Amino acid sequence: MAKRIDVSGLHVFYGDFKAVEDVSMTIEPRSVTAFIGSSGCGKSTFLRTLNRMHEVTPGARVQGKVMLDDQDVYGPDVDPVAVRREIGMVFQRPNPFPTMSIYDNVIAGAKLNNQRMPKAKADDLVERSLRGANLWEEVKDRLTRPGAGLSGGQQQRLCIARAIAVEPAVLLMDEPCSALDPISTLAIEDLIAKLKENYTIVIVTHNMQQAARVSDVTAFFNLAGTGKPGRLIEMGETNKIFTKPEKKETENYITGRFG
Amino acid sequence: MTTTTKGSATEMPGDGPPPSQKSLLTGSLPRYAAPALLAATAALAAGVLLAFGALGIAQFAVFTVIAYAVVISIASRVVENRRQATDRLVTTIVYACFGLAMVPLVSLLWTVLSEGLARLDLYFLTVSMNGVTPSMDAGGVYHAIVGTIAITGLAAVISIPIGLLTSIYLVEYGQGRLKQAITFFVDVMTGIPSIVAGLFVVALWMMIFGPGKTNGAAGAIALSVLMIPVVVRSCEEMLRLVPNELREASYALGVPKWLTVVKVVLPTAIAGITTGVMLALARVIGETAPLILTAGSSAVAINWNLFNGQMMSLPVFIYSQVRMGGAINYERAWAAALALIVVVMLLFFLARLVSRFFAPNLSR
Amino acid sequence: MTTTDPSTTAREPQGKRRLGDLLFAGSAKGSGILILLILAGVAAFLIGQSFDSLSANTANFFTTKEWDANTRDAPAFGVAALAFGTVLAAATALVIATPIAVGIALFIVYYAPRRLASILGYVVDLLAAIPSVVYGLWGIGWLVKQLGPFYTSLEQYLGWIPMFAGPVSTTGRTMLSASIVLAVMILPIITAMSRDVFQQVPQAHREASLALGATRWEMIRMAVIPFGRPGIIGGAMLGLGRALGETMAVAMILSPQLVISWMVLQSGNQTIAAHIALQYPEATGYGVSALISAGLVLFAITLVVNMGARFIVARRKEFA
Repeated sequence: MAKRIDVSGLHVFYGDFKAVEDVSMTIEPRSVTAFIGSSGCGKSTFLRTLNRMHEVTPGARVQGKVMLDDQDVYGPDVDPVAVRREIGMVFQRPNPFPTMSIYDNVIAGAKLNNQRMPKAKADDLVERSLRGANLWEEVKDRLTRPGAGLSGGQQQRLCIARAIAVEPAVLLMDEPCSALDPISTLAIEDLIAKLKENYTIVIVTHNMQQAARVSDVTAFFNLAGTGKPGRLIEMGETNKIFTKPEKKETENYITGRFG
Repeated sequence: MTTTTKGSATEMPGDGPPPSQKSLLTGSLPRYAAPALLAATAALAAGVLLAFGALGIAQFAVFTVIAYAVVISIASRVVENRRQATDRLVTTIVYACFGLAMVPLVSLLWTVLSEGLARLDLYFLTVSMNGVTPSMDAGGVYHAIVGTIAITGLAAVISIPIGLLTSIYLVEYGQGRLKQAITFFVDVMTGIPSIVAGLFVVALWMMIFGPGKTNGAAGAIALSVLMIPVVVRSCEEMLRLVPNELREASYALGVPKWLTVVKVVLPTAIAGITTGVMLALARVIGETAPLILTAGSSAVAINWNLFNGQMMSLPVFIYSQVRMGGAINYERAWAAALALIVVVMLLFFLARLVSRFFAPNLSR
Repeated sequence: MTTTDPSTTAREPQGKRRLGDLLFAGSAKGSGILILLILAGVAAFLIGQSFDSLSANTANFFTTKEWDANTRDAPAFGVAALAFGTVLAAATALVIATPIAVGIALFIVYYAPRRLASILGYVVDLLAAIPSVVYGLWGIGWLVKQLGPFYTSLEQYLGWIPMFAGPVSTTGRTMLSASIVLAVMILPIITAMSRDVFQQVPQAHREASLALGATRWEMIRMAVIPFGRPGIIGGAMLGLGRALGETMAVAMILSPQLVISWMVLQSGNQTIAAHIALQYPEATGYGVSALISAGLVLFAITLVVNMGARFIVARRKEFA
């Protein structure tokens, strides 16, 4: 199920402004890759180009190549909508659909696309996805209640259940814990460890301890200077990045944060 | 440092510095001063006016307010200081403005209710004016109700899709010059006087059907010209309230844009949109001037056909009865006005209820 | 649901999806364009139909007071008196309504207890929702009778001001009565706009002045009014636009005369909108076309006023 992502020579622009410059990397399947770096260094922007979510922002465009296994994500005939079904995304703030029940939120991907599903199959998908998101036990008795009534951490796990119900190959997570309390954060981190058995996971985080805890590989982004585009400085095994980084910039950032 | 003791008004939250015990005791009117002075001036006003034999509610109110304003300012000036006196004077004026504004509302509702109830009964609502001479003690508004329902119904059928789709274009798709142009001209359209909308349809009909052709459809089009910009504005506002995060969540699930709009954005905004549409309806259902020009003002019989013949409506009925000028005509006009106000208020309150009970909670 | 390979299985729904997107986006855009066409149509048809009578008009359209258009030969008509009456009625209404509206807005935001304030918000909106024909009926059926004695004493004490000169109309169907009803009608518009800006006055500004020991009025004068002034002006101009175009209240209350007169206590004057409503049913010859010309003038006046209002309000938004 999980797939490999290959990025080569990727530039991202907002209008005339170049936001990210020349990124090349390989993201291995069944692993967790963390993007770290200071605010505004383009890591979230870069993440959104992996499933073409940046196209939602007017004026944003991309140069370069992103391959999902052997398919070109930016190929001429490729439908961005199909790409997003293959590469799911979880956002900074939990965003369940306020008009839908917990149940409907989980199968939203199918429902919103007008796909009909037999009741038994839908029930099964909901239970499987909620179990996959470690939420089933907490909500199984109130599936018809609105999703917005859950706590923040539960909402975020509901959003993860919603994302995996579409059965993607890759899950992108854009600072999924930044709006949550420490206990909910822990629950999500446990979940990430479990999800990586089946998915390719990419997570953007501001929290370096989190990156160290959950990821196998870490990529460090930084700005070339004020008003200049963000660049990938260094990428490698998390252990190595945090103990023996090759670049001075990486070391400064990491030690600066750890004090 | 000064402190205030306001007998007549509540303190604002975060009002000024904490009062010191000292200034409370010096130079400040006691709490009961304001109500006591008001009662005293009211009694004085009543006495003076009675002595001159000119006691009416209006005179009494005006005299009391002026006398109170003078007395409280002088008292405050003497006991407190000039700044406090100004403050108290302004407070009095602001309260008086509010009271003054209540006069037309209360009197309008009261007169319409008391004059209208006399004639508003089942008979009045279920017969037309067909065969009734203007001064005959008979007839009703059934034909006008039929016309109002038909004309505003058609206007709604035209305006709601156009208005909603336009607002979707402005919020979800629009960019560049075309978006700017539409936003600007919708603003222009909001300002079109209703009679000009009527003239537009008159001119249009003259081009198509020749002069003197009036029917309900013409009225509906004139009302649409007035209703569309209102619908666009309120729907636009509601669509903008839908958090972008929900759109992104939907896109990230691999849902195409149009299904995202139809199945995520619209359901989230639907309560607000319904409210806006109902308020727009409440506005056009009382429009008179354009209908006089387009649907005619002399129909007396029931006519369900929007495309043939004049069509009466409730507001035009009120107007044409007033133009006839007899006592019986005024009775009919008041009763029809009461019926119209009830309809408008029902729409108004239903709209509020919808937005209150069906709106999803978007705050987190 | 199985994992799908986007390059093969996604093909089929792709075409369908594109079509849905295309149709939906297209109809949304089409509706927007339709609005532009309608407005262009309004302007084009009005201009086209007015041309007929304007070219046959034997008098100067802008300086003539008389309205002699219901004929096929040598019509002579002009909007001088009508335009004057329109502006006079609306301006008088504005002068009456603005200070009261600002007072109500201040009351709602800074004086009334919170619960009462929210109820008052509804009441203001409700006032705005009452149909103009009902205001007209209330004006002619109730208000003018109450105003009679008031006018008499106004003339008695203030008659030396030319505007209030006698003899006072015995019916009460005067310019001032019409303006008072117009004032009641535009009151909610100005109140709502002023209330909105007053609510947006930054807490910090208000607290800054209160912390200096200002009384409530001084706080309003120092912090609220300067901040809210563009909003009040914008609201007043929107109200003016509404009053200029309002038909029914004037048509039902005023006993019209095509003159140019400042005497608001006497019957006389007429507004464009009311003139159109009253004349239209009897219009013959060049009549309808001439009324359309008058409507164009009204359209132009309200357009200028509304644009001005939007401009002022938009400027405020930039600074806020």
